[in-house]
Amino acid sequence: MSTVQRNMSLTGEPPKTINAQQKLASAIGLLGLALLFLALFNLDFPNKTLWLSVSLGMISIGIVWFSIAAYANKHEGIKNDGVYFKSLTSRGFWAWILGIALTLFYVVLYWFPQYLGWAQNGNNKGIVALFDPLSNLLNDGPASQWFLYGTLYTLAILAFGIKFILKYRHNKYEKLRTYSVMFFQLSFAFLIPEFMSRLNSESFSLPYYDLKNIWPLNYYNFEQYRVDSFISVGDIGLALLLFGIASIFIITPILTYFYGKRWYCSWVCGCGGLAETAGDPFRHLSDKRLVAWKVERWVVHSVLVFVVLMTTAVIYSYLGDDASKYWLTKNVFLISVAVLLTLVFFGVWIFKREELKKDARIGSIAYFAIIISLIALHFTTGKTLFLFDAETLRQSYGFLIGAVFSGVIGVGFYPIFGSRVWCRFGCPMAAILGFQQRLFSRFRITTNGGQCISCGNCSTYCEMGIDVRAYAQKGENIVRSSCVGCGICSAVCPRGVLKLENGPLEKRINSNEILLGNDLDLMNYVNQ
Amino acid sequence: MEHIVIIGNGIAGITAARHIRKLSDNKITIISAEADHFFSRTALMYVYMGHMRWRDIEPYEPWFWEKNRLELKKAYVERIDTDKQTLHFKEGGSLQYDKLIIASGSTTSFYGWEGQDLKGVLGLVSKKDLEDLEKYAPNNKECSRAVIVGGGLIGVEMAEMLRSRNIDVTMLVREEAFWAGVLPKPEAEMISRHVISHSVNLRHNVEMDKILDDGNGHVRAIVTKDGEEIPCSIVGIATGVKPQISFLKNSNIEIDRGILVNRMLETNSRNVYAIGDCAQQREPIGNRPAVEAVWYTGRMMGEAVAQTICGKPFEYNPGNWFNSAKFFDIEYQTYGWVFSETRKKDYEVQFHWKCASDLRCVTISYNKLSNEFLGINTFGIRMKHEVLDRWLYEKRSVEYVIENLKQANFDPEFFKNYEKEIQAKFFNQTVKV
Repeated sequence: MSTVQRNMSLTGEPPKTINAQQKLASAIGLLGLALLFLALFNLDFPNKTLWLSVSLGMISIGIVWFSIAAYANKHEGIKNDGVYFKSLTSRGFWAWILGIALTLFYVVLYWFPQYLGWAQNGNNKGIVALFDPLSNLLNDGPASQWFLYGTLYTLAILAFGIKFILKYRHNKYEKLRTYSVMFFQLSFAFLIPEFMSRLNSESFSLPYYDLKNIWPLNYYNFEQYRVDSFISVGDIGLALLLFGIASIFIITPILTYFYGKRWYCSWVCGCGGLAETAGDPFRHLSDKRLVAWKVERWVVHSVLVFVVLMTTAVIYSYLGDDASKYWLTKNVFLISVAVLLTLVFFGVWIFKREELKKDARIGSIAYFAIIISLIALHFTTGKTLFLFDAETLRQSYGFLIGAVFSGVIGVGFYPIFGSRVWCRFGCPMAAILGFQQRLFSRFRITTNGGQCISCGNCSTYCEMGIDVRAYAQKGENIVRSSCVGCGICSAVCPRGVLKLENGPLEKRINSNEILLGNDLDLMNYVNQ
Repeated sequence: MEHIVIIGNGIAGITAARHIRKLSDNKITIISAEADHFFSRTALMYVYMGHMRWRDIEPYEPWFWEKNRLELKKAYVERIDTDKQTLHFKEGGSLQYDKLIIASGSTTSFYGWEGQDLKGVLGLVSKKDLEDLEKYAPNNKECSRAVIVGGGLIGVEMAEMLRSRNIDVTMLVREEAFWAGVLPKPEAEMISRHVISHSVNLRHNVEMDKILDDGNGHVRAIVTKDGEEIPCSIVGIATGVKPQISFLKNSNIEIDRGILVNRMLETNSRNVYAIGDCAQQREPIGNRPAVEAVWYTGRMMGEAVAQTICGKPFEYNPGNWFNSAKFFDIEYQTYGWVFSETRKKDYEVQFHWKCASDLRCVTISYNKLSNEFLGINTFGIRMKHEVLDRWLYEKRSVEYVIENLKQANFDPEFFKNYEKEIQAKFFNQTVKV
């Protein structure tokens, strides 16, 4: 069933049962889910509004009641008892069942929406049809498979967000952070885009736009159909387009400088929001080995390079050549991209070179050389930009990264690889934010003198697979690109060693051992 | 190139090995009979509670040892021939050393109770103890009741472990409040209330007399000194630890309670050093006990002895005392010296503040003549080691410490601050007196 060693004993299994109330709550929630399944198999509910409400209501009540039964009568504090004994949270039988079910759901959602009952033209059937009343209420139109997905996604963040808040109710940082992701999901990701689409008419058509979804996470934001429709609706559209550009080039750098990437990854982002709420029971499953970190650095930065190439090619493909019609021509755009990349590259190389590890230096030179030579090749020989057709690049990215990586692997594999696989290995937005967090941000996790006992709770419960203990036991600050600032390492530390802080850039990265406790001369020796 | 042999792969031995490797190219061999790799002893509880797996409490990945050329040998040292600088193993074979570091740690202190060798009587110090606990107390069906004798840091860990599996726990504490031999009374009483709130049957002023056999060599019950019989399947011994030095009995290495060492951590035998829990200072350092069985002191001795062995002779010269622990949900940190009623110095006065939640309190001790800040105990509020350490070195006044307490706060962002409450209490109080 599973190769995980559940406990040390040869005799009995330790208790891991849930109480009677939790069983009842689970039954209610599963019953609500079963109603959705009935709709999936084309049971035609007579009163869709009623049955959708009943179903979603039962799921919500089930989750919230389960959480209350689990935590409300217990002391405030860390609640990790039995995490490695439960099948669901230790890659046991139920973890695989859930993983497979989620994965199947994503496969159907992305590639076979017709099985969910979605009809491109004409009336929806099945489970998508069940969501029609809610869709009508919000955006005045029928539901799509994405509306169904968005509703369930939001419901998951809200209901499991309540669970998370109850679990960490002694910790105000965790509570505020969770209120924040719940708010951004409900309003920015779910309601506002639906209301915005209400404004659409024959002459006025805004694309679906979740304002907090920033390029390159939102890799399609600058595609032609979107840019065209932004421009076609006049000032509002132009403002939204400019906001999209400002988000990544102005807002993101400023907020990341002051607060680290956590302002986005664990306070705002929808992917992070799901990972921190519904994904919380699986956070300890992330791979902590050094080799996983090496793989992570190469994969996530490769995705970033891919998205930059893809977006550049796509924008290039629809720009014009005639400068008299519009100032932003193919050539102006391409040269701007080359200049921007060159500035970033040399800026880092000149000012932050000593902070890059060997593989980061090799990687950055290699990728920079490849991109710039591809652009040069295009100008000198007239070959297709980046050798591949823009549309091919766009479709490959959408399939490989947008669907397979972020959806199927990212969420489907929660119970197997942990809740942040996408954020850690795949998200190009996380790569940009992390790059800045590591080199140019006030954020760090400080360690408290010599108080670490190397117990390993911090590393175990780091969803990003950072070996926090390796730093803490040496008294080093933790300044890692991947840290999303969830604060759980600090929460689970039994000795009060870790603290998330924003502070001056000087001495932020200290590689010396500065454990306190011994006399000062010795520490000088140790650090020589 | 010398051959450095280290007996014991706990925090002291491993810290010494790491630093010797940093400073030199010596051959290093680490011997342990307990476990294949270094693990965090203080994290044993989390494996039983299901927070972590065994491999999660090992701070280094398996490749670390080979990469740093630290040879590991799993064997039990039976005899040390200091003249020939040779170790003899129980499993057979021997090993020569140029320098020997003994870091064999502690073992549970048993006090000669009748029945203490029965199955189900165990401490919580070694990997074997954890395995035994899994064996004898896997769940509340096979082990419905447990008795824990003694209420220190190990006792509360055991209680938390057993309660995580819904096993009834009765805890016998000799003092009138939890760990009152170390903590000032108001703190000890608060911890007592917290322990009781976690459904532990905490019995103050009770001592164990003997342990009863069920007829099959297993624990059936214990009897208190008042003659009360308490049925139980396991007995947790948490009455303290003692240096694990029985294997040195027939050697020439001088021992008392622990292995006697000077400030250089040298034993009486040439080229033999002792560090960590098993070492006993010939002259106690300051207010410190001669045998310090604490994670941090083990680490500090490891750092010091590594310098000495690598040619920079260095005394073990610990700075200000500090320690930490967690009592169920309440974290505890201490910096400097805050003594219990019985051990309080005549010049020491204590200012005490407790939060209305009964989950947080702070005690600050100071010299009643000079007002010098002597130490702080803090429960439920995290404080910054660096700041308090500095204030102790700078011999700040108690007023300065309380006025600037906010600088020492290390709680996570957005947490409620209590400094104003503490200041108000202190300054009102001193004005009144």
